[in-house]
Amino acid sequence: MTQPFRLPGGDRIDRSQPLAFTFDGRAYEGYAGDTLASALIANGVHLVSRSFKYHRPRGIVGLGAEESNALLRIGTGDRAEPNMRATTVALTDGLVAQSQNRWPSLRFDLGQAADLLSRLLPAGFYYKTFMGPGDAWMVYEPYIRRAAGLGRPPDGADPDPYDKRHAHADVLIAGGGLAGLAAALAAGRRGERVILADEDITLGGAPFAGGEMVEGLPVADWIAGTAAKLSAMGNVRVLTRTTVVGTYDHGFAVLVESTERAGLRCRLWKVRARRLVLATGAIERPLVFPGNDRPGVMMASAALGYITRYAAAPGRRLAIVTNNDGAYRTAASLHDSGVAIAAVLDIRNDVDPAAQEAARQRAIPIHGGAVITRVDGRQRVTGLRWSAAGGGGRLACDGLCMSGGWIPTIHLHSQTRGTLRYDEAAHAFLPDRPIEGVRSVGACAGTFDAADAVAHGTAAGNDATPAAPLRRAAPAAPISVEQAFQGGGRKSFVDFQNDVTAADIRLAAREGYRSVEHLKRYTTLGMGTDQGKLGGLNGLSLLAAELGCAPSDVGTTTFRPPYTPVPFGALIGRDHGEGLQPSRYTALHDWHAAHGAVFNQAGSWVRPLFYRRDGESDLDAVNREVMAVRRNVGVIDVATLGKLDIQGPDAAELLDRLYTNSWKKLAVGRSRYGIMLREDGMVFDDGVTARLGEQHYLMSTTTGNAEAVVEHIELLLRTAWRGLRVFVTPVTEQWFAAALAGPNARRVLARVADGIDVTDKAMPHMSVRCGRVAGLTARVFRLSFSGELSYEINVPSADGPALWQRLLDAGRVDDLMVYGTESMGVLRIEKGHVVVGREADGRATPDDLGLAKLCATTKDYVGRRSLSLPALIEPGRKQLVGLVVERADDRLPVGAHVVAEGRAGPQESLGFITSQAYSPTLGRPIALALVKAGRDRMGQRLFATSPTASTSVAVMVSEPVFVDPEGKRLHA
Amino acid sequence: MLSIRCPVCGPRDEDEFVFGGDASAVRPADPMACDDQAWTAFLYRRDNPAGPHDELWFHRFGCRRWLRVRRDTRSHAIVAPPLLAEDAGAP
Ligand SMILES: [Zn+2]
Repeated sequence: MTQPFRLPGGDRIDRSQPLAFTFDGRAYEGYAGDTLASALIANGVHLVSRSFKYHRPRGIVGLGAEESNALLRIGTGDRAEPNMRATTVALTDGLVAQSQNRWPSLRFDLGQAADLLSRLLPAGFYYKTFMGPGDAWMVYEPYIRRAAGLGRPPDGADPDPYDKRHAHADVLIAGGGLAGLAAALAAGRRGERVILADEDITLGGAPFAGGEMVEGLPVADWIAGTAAKLSAMGNVRVLTRTTVVGTYDHGFAVLVESTERAGLRCRLWKVRARRLVLATGAIERPLVFPGNDRPGVMMASAALGYITRYAAAPGRRLAIVTNNDGAYRTAASLHDSGVAIAAVLDIRNDVDPAAQEAARQRAIPIHGGAVITRVDGRQRVTGLRWSAAGGGGRLACDGLCMSGGWIPTIHLHSQTRGTLRYDEAAHAFLPDRPIEGVRSVGACAGTFDAADAVAHGTAAGNDATPAAPLRRAAPAAPISVEQAFQGGGRKSFVDFQNDVTAADIRLAAREGYRSVEHLKRYTTLGMGTDQGKLGGLNGLSLLAAELGCAPSDVGTTTFRPPYTPVPFGALIGRDHGEGLQPSRYTALHDWHAAHGAVFNQAGSWVRPLFYRRDGESDLDAVNREVMAVRRNVGVIDVATLGKLDIQGPDAAELLDRLYTNSWKKLAVGRSRYGIMLREDGMVFDDGVTARLGEQHYLMSTTTGNAEAVVEHIELLLRTAWRGLRVFVTPVTEQWFAAALAGPNARRVLARVADGIDVTDKAMPHMSVRCGRVAGLTARVFRLSFSGELSYEINVPSADGPALWQRLLDAGRVDDLMVYGTESMGVLRIEKGHVVVGREADGRATPDDLGLAKLCATTKDYVGRRSLSLPALIEPGRKQLVGLVVERADDRLPVGAHVVAEGRAGPQESLGFITSQAYSPTLGRPIALALVKAGRDRMGQRLFATSPTASTSVAVMVSEPVFVDPEGKRLHA
Repeated sequence: MLSIRCPVCGPRDEDEFVFGGDASAVRPADPMACDDQAWTAFLYRRDNPAGPHDELWFHRFGCRRWLRVRRDTRSHAIVAPPLLAEDAGAP
């Protein structure tokens, strides 16, 4: 028979739409409108998981977000999602659910031996092991990790889309129960922009026992009527299945909406609201007694919800364990739904008979002063034993409902840094002082009565000071310490998800733990994915009892976002791949792609590394390009270099303050290389700046620092150097740039330079000319990065492809070779040019890099004062050197350190390689390295070693210039 | 997440901005006249007040201007309208 525990009725299910699903490979059926949990219960399935530490069998305990046991893996393959609470998963046709943390099966799990060995796993087990003798942690750690399963990640990258959305509101209301609905209605009627978010599928909040009236209507009718009014208001947005998971500064809140629609799994809302109304309700409080974790033990409100909403009976004969008056009405309601009630067992002796009237009318047995001593049944409750002053006994039941009062959901209030106070009547913490613009209403503020909650919500919606909130909570007893330690050694659980027992709390107290923050970390109380929603308050109440103080003296742990677990996909949204950081392409990208370019992502830029020809290896291609530049001529796309246009009467003064060298004597039409420091003296950026006119300069920056240099200059101009009359404008994207390099570069350029005399005499090294090249408006800079005769030609970006084509045409007779950044890298390493981010790694001074000669002593510049600090001039700093591999066939390991001895085992690192390449010019690998007192080591034999690659290569220390140290080629 | 009212762009989310640190740490007019202690104090030493704090924020994904923002470190409230850094007086 399918769904043997399905009763008649149920507000939410549609019996005309049966849905098939599987749990651990077995087929079941439920209905549209079910949650996975309600469908399992309708099928009589209670055993759904094994606990974290002891691998005890566990069943569904809650109805919604508070669930701590029923964490299942939902879906298969790339779409699988671990640790999903069955209580919040909407049932869909074909859904596949699997249990976690068990091996080989849920019913027969070898890990349950941990339960028998639990004396070995007391509170603080991890710390004690970690602090234990010798290698105890190393020995246990792999076993602990394997045993402590909390789900597996999906098999591959999640293929489903996730989304983010921003919204603004006058009022954001968290929670669509009575108070939240009332607040939304009031604010909506005032014409405010309202967002009402509720985590449940349907508005209305916690299940009601029946009989309660609001504004003259039964509660259910009032809810339906109010929801209809809200949906008719254009200024009110109602989001169901949407949890407010975090509240932050300045009215900012983050919401997670589960859409489960095809094409969108989940949407993250970022809401900025003027006012925040928290109507987050309360979670029913578990009771602590031996065996309170057995499958079939459930919160009473959850049992009521499963029956009234889904007609899913948690059992045929239920016992109710309580400490408060509210349980009697729940018992009556459950009875009226067709479930037998074995008894109500109340820890209290003296209960107002009026509160019990509804139960008495239905002839439900009531036992006062009853202490639960054990629960029978391992994989499903079969009965319980209790004792009382006048006797006690055993009750047969197949389900057990706990009703321990209510825990106001104060998380969001606390996240905004509102203060809390302990309420002696409610035996719970309540919001005390909120921050401005935040108000808690309804059960989360201690207003438990239905009509009061509506009044409270209405006042908040009107932004009016409410009449003093009424806190008519059903009378309740505090948590019973006596009951928690019944049953001699049987475990009474406080935190189901993390397997924290009452005995663990007692042990921690005896070991001297006083602070609840320490207790939490020592016992792991409240550190599961449920963050102690069910167990946290009981844990600190027990600690207070053990310490003999009031719970208010123990306090609570800090509530941090998110309120419920958030899928990574929701946080990521579309911000991955190109959506996170769009790639930037130069104007020539399509040409590169069509000509064999092998691309590389450098920061956000996509650039050709080299151009492969048929049959070539990567190294063959790079060697070919490098040798073409050294012996003939090559051309490269360098459009990505940062360019800043600097204009104004004080432009030269600005350069003087930014760069270490002097700029005031630079003539119009000439250019100069400069290095820029951070204020702490470390090299920050470098590049060539050209003087285009009297008050007009063009600065080039490294590709990766183009934005950072602008921010650096802007900050100085807007604070310390406000008096300078100068404008700095980033123009990187406005200009395309190509560099011609090689002994024959001039010959090629001369063919296309219209009216620009490019002879060495007319245009020497480090000069600039504006004019026309190949019919295009152009600036031509003679400068060199490769060490060869070289010209960089800039044209407006749109003219880039035309310039490139005309250069190629002009160079065809000379076999002009296109080359990429990998080849450019080899050329600059051979020439010993430092690169920001490699040699200048943020820890190198100009002197470390051999650039002290560029530091003027006659003027101030950013970073100058730091260069004489003791730490920056101490001997033994790492200095830039060249390394030449001794045996030409050796290959340098990647990320190598430089050491003195060519042996295995630990030894002092003298420094590290910053850049390396195979030099076709030298016919062997070379490197640039930062080595301690490197300039004193010229000619020394050292070793480049990588412990991970287990290699050690002999190298000779040399000057960091391998080609043309005199620079004759530049001036050719 | 803070909402910062940029004088150019209006109220914008914090994640459009980059924090630039304590606005009172202004570069000395004559660094070479500083002894090592005074200079390293400028480089590294910052007060950490519980209360109003003048700080620099750069509107990187907006107008690309530096702002001076006065923020209460206890409540994160921005206690005065932010100004462009060049319009702000000495902190
Ligand atoms: Zn702005």
